[in-house]
Amino acid sequence: MSHGILKVTDLAPGLALAMLGLAQLLTLVRLVRGPTLPDRVVALDLMGVLSVGMIAAYAVAMNQPVLLDPATVLALVGFLSTVAFARYLERRVRDE
Amino acid sequence: MSDRVSAVLLVLGAFFMLLAGLGVLRLPDLFMRLQAATKASTLGVGCLLVGAALHFQDLAVTTRAVLVIAFFCLTAPVGAHMIARAAYAVGVPLWEGTITDELREARRSASDGPTESPTPHPAEAGDA
Repeated sequence: MSHGILKVTDLAPGLALAMLGLAQLLTLVRLVRGPTLPDRVVALDLMGVLSVGMIAAYAVAMNQPVLLDPATVLALVGFLSTVAFARYLERRVRDE
Repeated sequence: MSDRVSAVLLVLGAFFMLLAGLGVLRLPDLFMRLQAATKASTLGVGCLLVGAALHFQDLAVTTRAVLVIAFFCLTAPVGAHMIARAAYAVGVPLWEGTITDELREARRSASDGPTESPTPHPAEAGDA
């Protein structure tokens, strides 16, 4: 890019970001539509993973390796939230 | 050379993520959606992070990428298993075209079987 000539490889992060954004939209439709609570948990979990991917692609697009730290944190928090939701669901069934 | 490999990996990873999103939207029941979301997204994140590591060519970035990939490979199956078990306990309906439900058959034969001990399962009994 610094030469003023656009290379094909420079388009890859943008294309990846567009595809990931489309995937986020598809998952958001499932999150809104449900129909059950576990469906929404799955959709929310996938949105977290997609966000990690988006941050990685954005870090390459902006040439900023610092952005990969939030991706690490998001991966950790996403797993914890999934486990918490699963525990909550199972406990709710057992209490009834 | 490595920037081309990185570009291909980025687009490939995003493609797998797109497949995961499409699967979550279109597949007919929760367990199929869970399967699509877990496997495709793990592969997609792996490809994207390897692509980023190849782009930066830096030890710190590569270490982080390897860490996140290893973490996903360890936690994605565990999380999917927990959600699936909880959803089955909640009673989420299976797709009407489902051929077999081995967990229900196993549970039924366990409750009917004369060889089974009359006391409840120790894990369930001790948890109350």
